[in-house]
Amino acid sequence: MDIRSQISMVFHLDKCIGCHTCSIACKNIWTDRKGAEYMWWNNVETKPGTGYPTKWEDQEIYKGGWEKDGDSVSLKGAGKLRGLKNIFHNPHMPVLDDYYEPWTYKYQDLFTAPEGDDQPTARPVSLVTGEQMDVQAGPNWDDDLGGSKDYARQDVNMKALSSAEQEAMFQLERMTFQYLPRICNHCLNPACVASCPSGALYKRGEDGIVLINQERCRAWRMCVTACPYKKSYYNWHTGKSEKCVLCYPRLESGQAPACFHSCVGRIRYLGVLLYDADKIEKAASAPDDQLVDAHLDIYLDPFDPEVIKQAKANGIADSTIEAAQKSPVYKFVKVWKLALPLHPEFRTLPNLFYVPALLPTMATVANGVYDTTSKSLWNGVESNRLPMKYLASLFSAGNTSKIVEVMKRLMAVRLHRRGLTVGDLNSAEISTAMNEVQMNGDTADAIFRLTALATFDERFVIPPAHREESIEMLENTADVKGNTGFGFKERPARGL
Amino acid sequence: MTNYLLFIALPYASLAVFLVGSIYRYINRGFSVSSISSQFLEGRKLFWGSQPFHWGLFVLFFGHLIAFLFPRAVIAWNGQPVRLLILEITAFSFGLCALLGLILLVNRRLTSRRVQMVTSKMDIVVFIVLLTQIISGLLVAYHNRWGSSWFAAFLTPYLRSIFVFNPQIDAVASVNSLSLQIHIVSAFSLIAIIPFTRFIHFLVYPIDYVWRSYQQVIWNWNRKNIRTSRSHSEGHRSLNN
Repeated sequence: MDIRSQISMVFHLDKCIGCHTCSIACKNIWTDRKGAEYMWWNNVETKPGTGYPTKWEDQEIYKGGWEKDGDSVSLKGAGKLRGLKNIFHNPHMPVLDDYYEPWTYKYQDLFTAPEGDDQPTARPVSLVTGEQMDVQAGPNWDDDLGGSKDYARQDVNMKALSSAEQEAMFQLERMTFQYLPRICNHCLNPACVASCPSGALYKRGEDGIVLINQERCRAWRMCVTACPYKKSYYNWHTGKSEKCVLCYPRLESGQAPACFHSCVGRIRYLGVLLYDADKIEKAASAPDDQLVDAHLDIYLDPFDPEVIKQAKANGIADSTIEAAQKSPVYKFVKVWKLALPLHPEFRTLPNLFYVPALLPTMATVANGVYDTTSKSLWNGVESNRLPMKYLASLFSAGNTSKIVEVMKRLMAVRLHRRGLTVGDLNSAEISTAMNEVQMNGDTADAIFRLTALATFDERFVIPPAHREESIEMLENTADVKGNTGFGFKERPARGL
Repeated sequence: MTNYLLFIALPYASLAVFLVGSIYRYINRGFSVSSISSQFLEGRKLFWGSQPFHWGLFVLFFGHLIAFLFPRAVIAWNGQPVRLLILEITAFSFGLCALLGLILLVNRRLTSRRVQMVTSKMDIVVFIVLLTQIISGLLVAYHNRWGSSWFAAFLTPYLRSIFVFNPQIDAVASVNSLSLQIHIVSAFSLIAIIPFTRFIHFLVYPIDYVWRSYQQVIWNWNRKNIRTSRSHSEGHRSLNN
């Protein structure tokens, strides 16, 4: 067992209101610079939709992530041979137009325009060339367009549905959408790290954050292709790739990352997971239908004495183990089994998990009457507005039973709380739902608490970075003992 | 006098500038050591320019290197006319590839508005030196046949004499070929501007990727090696800091 600690995340999609505050917080801190204008280390997508960059999920286009290769995995569009062969021109790399051309407006024209019959306007100008441009796309161009022909119907996950199922999904009364906020997953088996020819990308041992060393990046661009989530971006101005740093300077000083901190819906949770690094290769190469289980199996129980012992032997600080025990992510992912990774079939073992949204009541239309009454509350999970196959394509590599299980657990919590607070359901219905997922009232209450009432400190359990010891990274403090603080510039001597 | 300047002073000056400049830039200006690819701004034209250009140069570079290091082997290979022809035609075609690629790259840089935004003055210098270098090389190959054979007699001794600090320029100075002289001068100019241009990226070609393990995990420090009171003077300093 090679136990390491990983800062990991849960996004509760039922609470996401799609306000993009997270994106703006990130943009203001990190990517409001020349060459980085088009980058959104944090972005919010509307699902169904094509996302950003357009159709990023389609690995037939971008060749990101890993694919099964015998007992192991190999990079789909990069790797040693392919990387060095394609170094002069990377055939699968997204270009600026796959994202969008960033722009601003000529605001000065509003003030300096000569008097005339028309209102002065601020024309959009490109932030790349500085020339006037027609805006064709933006980072969230499919925002709220859950039924649109150009966006929703082009969603890559539609491949999981038959055309009849797709048509059913886009009937007016069934039409729906939900939001999908995305940041770097800080994967356990990062394809970006593996693809970097110059070795500029690395995973931090202490907390598992994946970073790009800007001094070593040589613009070979392989990480942009290899990341299946397209969360490594090429800065065209500096000639270096950049990516989400999980606000590590904030984490090191005990603050939540900016996107987490600013989240209006409080959908985000952050905490430590302990995992067994020896199991990574086996989990990454599991068959599709077992991928989620194999992935979640890597994470260990931080209360298990054997795990604690091994963790300590591996140099994990007591404070980190304690943080792992309090971790909200551990609860959502391992204890309550409510959160699933996004596109596990990319085989990078992402560390960002999503609690899927229970969508609104399924209505029926009969004789021109829009009827929202149903036999059971919320009409059961299977008749969800978004087909289970669609959600399975997003969160469980196509394994529908996995997503149904999660939805039923979420539904059980709702029924239980409805029974307590409104009391209009018969108790048999509630206990059937609870028994089906083997959940007791206390667990349901705990889930409710952490979902709806959790405080800042319960949502973000950040292990101390032990900065009091950080000086020892740079120098041996014993060597300079007695040399710091008040010293002498000249040697003190008596007499002349 | 001019010969001394061009074939002795220039080579030594360029090699010195190259060595000192490249090392200085790598150590002190690491951030600037990049291929500064512009594929992100324009990908399609880049393919038709970059691929033939780079692969052409790749083959020519190693061709010159082999001729410099193992002249006898090259002459032995050229013993039969067919083999000589194969070698010369191959080399010449890769030269044409490089030239064609370079012309397409120049065209791309001049016509794509986005690529113009990331074009520096030094990129223009790079283009001029490369064009001179490749065109003069092709002219030499065409007019002064067969270079792969006489290279050993004229250029190898000269280049070696440079590297053993005993420059002998009689052979190169006696050759009555302007294009060859231009080829030599521009070659050393190219070497001299490596530290000041994007040429630097070929020095950091990531060959170590071949033997590196795919995943890289870096600890700020090795917690197992934390100093205790008994071993406080021993410490582990990670490479990352």
